[in-house]
Amino acid sequence: MDKLIEILKDLHDDVDFESTEGLIDDGILDSLDIVTLITEIDSEFGVVIPPEEIVPENFNSAQAIMALINRIDED
Amino acid sequence: MQTNILQYLEHTAEQKPDKVAFSDGSDDRTFGEVLSSSMSVGSFLCRLGIYGKPIVIMMKKHPDEISAFLGCVYSGNFYVPLDTEMPPKRMELIIASVSPAAVICDTASEKVARSLGIDNANVYLYSDICETPIDKTALDCVRLKQIDTDPIYIVFTSGSTGVPKGVVACHRSVIDYTESLCEALSFDENNVFANQTPLYFDAPLKEIMPTLKYGATTYLVPKKMFMFPTLMLDYLDKYHINTVCWVVSALTQISALGAIDNRSPKYLKTVAFGSEVFPIKQFNIWRRALPNADFYNLYGPTEATGMSCWYKVDREFDEGDVIPVGRPFRNTDIILLCERDDGEGNVKAERAKVGEVGEICMRGTCVTLGYYGNAEKTASAFVQNPLNTVYPETIYKTGDLGRFNERGELIFVSRKDSQIKHMGHRIELGEIEAAASSCPKISRACCVYDADTKRIVIFFSGDADKRELFAYLKDSLPRYMLPSETVKLDTLPLTPNGKLDRRLMGEMAVKLESK
Repeated sequence: MDKLIEILKDLHDDVDFESTEGLIDDGILDSLDIVTLITEIDSEFGVVIPPEEIVPENFNSAQAIMALINRIDED
Repeated sequence: MQTNILQYLEHTAEQKPDKVAFSDGSDDRTFGEVLSSSMSVGSFLCRLGIYGKPIVIMMKKHPDEISAFLGCVYSGNFYVPLDTEMPPKRMELIIASVSPAAVICDTASEKVARSLGIDNANVYLYSDICETPIDKTALDCVRLKQIDTDPIYIVFTSGSTGVPKGVVACHRSVIDYTESLCEALSFDENNVFANQTPLYFDAPLKEIMPTLKYGATTYLVPKKMFMFPTLMLDYLDKYHINTVCWVVSALTQISALGAIDNRSPKYLKTVAFGSEVFPIKQFNIWRRALPNADFYNLYGPTEATGMSCWYKVDREFDEGDVIPVGRPFRNTDIILLCERDDGEGNVKAERAKVGEVGEICMRGTCVTLGYYGNAEKTASAFVQNPLNTVYPETIYKTGDLGRFNERGELIFVSRKDSQIKHMGHRIELGEIEAAASSCPKISRACCVYDADTKRIVIFFSGDADKRELFAYLKDSLPRYMLPSETVKLDTLPLTPNGKLDRRLMGEMAVKLESK
């Protein structure tokens, strides 16, 4: 989780990702951030996120992103 | 004789009053509704006694925003679309340079609109004025007075000095653009467009004008959709979208995330792209996904009204190739200007020979009226055609460099100001970028020059590491063109318009040195 928070902090230093929900709904992350995240998750976690998993629900909070990474990693 | 863009709307609203013109997926507006709300807004502005003045429109992307634009035109004024998310500093500069006679906003933007230092009595909510009783006499009176060289809009482009420039375009230029674009891309009433660009540029004319002319339909796609490729594909299928005219980045966002590897948009048959060089690898993913679609490369500066050149893809492109920008639209002439020294110290302008690089200049009705309230900048870019010494003829110098290939197709080379003098050599930064982009593991590259420290810095994204890129460049470029520094980024920064943010990367390059 710390690794993920660090990646997110690099994108938006001013956001408290531990507690913030609505990263997508409130427009905190933009389309560039999504591409960056997906690239970083690939290189840091070795997890490739398939396009059908790139949906708002999976990116709305750090918890949701972490759950997504774990879920794909287990498959 | 058509002298006013509103004639498109009026004709179509009579033929197809109940067809949906614009929709954002939740709110639909038919041609009949667009006509009546535009006339209401126009009547309201007439009642205020404003004529020939800039009116700021500050609304979220919504079908009603288009009625607000057209309402301004009905009243004989011109619209200045602003984005509420613009940095406040930029907004202040724009407001100061246009001194709007009125501002039309929506509930979401009202607070920002009222904080701009404009007399609050002149700030109006769209919802309060869109049902004003139509004053046909007043609108007819405006129409009789208007001529086709009267302005329709001012849109702001970023100036290289950081001060935005307001490009003023008139009816005649927009009509010319609409007619030639529709002809080149074979548009008709069956086109269903998905608009990507924000409405505060000239870019959305690509969808709005053919929609009004033929009675087609345009969906204004929510920005969020572009973050999620699969949702985007669902959206395109749901609304039977068959035509997109998007910036390259919006298309590569979908292809780079693998979304069209196993699935392609069901109805899409026309894909137009522009404003940027399409990386061939991504382009070919699109072509494989849509083997029966027509692909068009569009090119043109805001100063020459929307797009000016088009190329219909008619052959295969391999990595390292450049997709041409093709040829000018009908009724537009491209002059590739070369300045030559005659040996006696005199500089003479000539048309470039085949293969020779020259500055792309536009001649024709497409040339806009100039920069609003900025005679100095206007005079430096809108100039007398140097090839014509016998009568006044204004051309627009784009600042872009191009050349004609052996097929007679125009090829975009780079920005003129991206030509640098480095270690005594004249170098096109675009050439270094093109070399880097042809490296198989690179998805995008952007080259900047820090003149103070005389360093070429290349920013790139992709799977390659710095060393691989450098080794590749060493094989393809002369030594003096090799970047002094290579910087890998996950993604390259883009401007609000979706183009590579060269200015930001230029600043980043300067910071690298001072670290």
